[in-house]
Amino acid sequence: MGKKVLITLNENDVAPRFDLTTEVLITTLEADGPVAEDKTIVLAHASPEDLCQLILNEGIAIVICGGIEEEFFEYLTWKKVQVLDSVMGPWDRARDRLAQGDLKAGAILFDRTGEIALA
Amino acid sequence: MSSTSFGQIRGLFRSPVDLPTLLDGLSTGVIITDRVRRVVFLNSASEALTGFSRVDVRGVPCCHVLRASVCSRDCVIAGAEKSNAPVTMEADIVNREHRKIPVRLSAAPLHDTQGTLVGFLETVEDIRTSQETCESIQNVATFSQLIGRSSKMKELFQLIPVVAQTDSSLLITGETGTGKDVLAEVIHKASDRSEGAFIKINCGALPETLLESELFGHRKGAFTGAVSDKAGRLRLAHNGTLYLTEIGDLPLPLQVKLLTFLDDKIVFPLGSTSGFQADVRVIAATHRNLEQMVRESHFRQDLLFRLNVVRFHLPPLRERGEDIGLLLDHFLKIFTVRFGKHIKDFSRQVRHLLLTYPYPGNVRELRNIVEYATSICPSGMIESDHLPSYLVEEPVIFGNGEDTPGSETPAPAEWLSQDQGTGLNWGAIERKLIIETLLKANGRRSKAAQMLGWGRTTLWRKMKQYGLEDSADQAALPRV
Repeated sequence: MGKKVLITLNENDVAPRFDLTTEVLITTLEADGPVAEDKTIVLAHASPEDLCQLILNEGIAIVICGGIEEEFFEYLTWKKVQVLDSVMGPWDRARDRLAQGDLKAGAILFDRTGEIALA
Repeated sequence: MSSTSFGQIRGLFRSPVDLPTLLDGLSTGVIITDRVRRVVFLNSASEALTGFSRVDVRGVPCCHVLRASVCSRDCVIAGAEKSNAPVTMEADIVNREHRKIPVRLSAAPLHDTQGTLVGFLETVEDIRTSQETCESIQNVATFSQLIGRSSKMKELFQLIPVVAQTDSSLLITGETGTGKDVLAEVIHKASDRSEGAFIKINCGALPETLLESELFGHRKGAFTGAVSDKAGRLRLAHNGTLYLTEIGDLPLPLQVKLLTFLDDKIVFPLGSTSGFQADVRVIAATHRNLEQMVRESHFRQDLLFRLNVVRFHLPPLRERGEDIGLLLDHFLKIFTVRFGKHIKDFSRQVRHLLLTYPYPGNVRELRNIVEYATSICPSGMIESDHLPSYLVEEPVIFGNGEDTPGSETPAPAEWLSQDQGTGLNWGAIERKLIIETLLKANGRRSKAAQMLGWGRTTLWRKMKQYGLEDSADQAALPRV
């Protein structure tokens, strides 16, 4: 039985705010790693309470999101949902890193090249 | 990323000035982005507000670092770009520590000498103080987030504004769940430092070496893995408040270093010979008995004297009388709205039970109980079926393996209520419970763990915590 994972979406990235999320992706990670299926859900409106309810109803084991308020973080953790918060970057990269067992809260997955002098 | 170079300002003074030096002195957060709104620089105040380090988030889109409520629909930088002029708006951010903070954002475009747009300057101002004006002292039912009507809380509410205006170190004591963190933040908000950062660090959550680096910071190369300079929490709290929770768990070597800081107010990062003069108010909190720890040589007496300039003791909920009812109604109202339920009240039987329960976990436990009951109850009245099972189930009868009549060990909740009047704290109660259960189990730890409903490791850990390991080994109790 795979683990169900929910990723909050903002276009191609993990949404910066849990409470303002209007689109989520639900995927299942099988025990040996590969992703079994992806399902995108567009929410009627941004509501952290409704999102928590969706997470519990769907039997989600892991949530990948950006910033999340303490009360929702504590609530989900209390409900035995693992919350990997402050993840920044493309959602597919976050999903793949999780499948590889290499995703932690606070992970920054953006490519940081371009005009900034990053020497 | 190993670079710590954040540019210099030339032509303004006789010699070049480092940009961080210039901007880190400000109490307002400053974020500099490039043309496509990726972070180039955060000053110290921004680091404290967002919880992110400038080194880590360099090159990351601003909206993922600032996480303001306006980022996706009404970006302040986009507004500045469109109007080619400074734009200001109010919003809220959610920082790395899961706090939602109301802020005032301003953004202005930055042009080079040729007039070409090169980036944006954004300021982030914490407006919690102006939004949350403290309740007047006369209204003693609440003080900011603290709620209470009992005489002990009224006394506390009257002292808060007085103490908040001083810069003295403050020690907050009280059992777990009594609201020490809330009180520390309330004092910060009510003080003149409210526009500065409120930096919290849990002294019991990190290993000693990591804690030292977190608290005092380090220089690049100070130890393996120190790839860049890091400002410690003490420096981040400059012009603000540093809140040290679980101070009783601070390792002795760090106690000495903290004591030195409290004396000199100079922060020396690891590996650095030059210090930084930090203007920080220190608030410490613990659920431990520091005087006893001093007697046992686990806590430095001089540090206790330093921290204990002003002391607040938060009473346990069982000593707050009418506050229990007040808090039950308060949390019921909050969770009813949050969960969108139509719950009228607690039934008479449930209210009686909740008013007489001793709450070893204090306000936190009460809040959790109400949250649980509100989420379980579909509508109408909260009945006993909607309460967590440990509150309502019959006491578990533990046998001693021989089914001897009268050998029952009461369930912890029942046992607790028996000891309610003895004045023992939770640690002492738990220690006593372990000893009595071990005696009933004839010293067999696996049996005792089973009787307590714990794992063997939990029992071992708690025995070690309460110094029972040796005594159990020495006791002439048969072990299996």
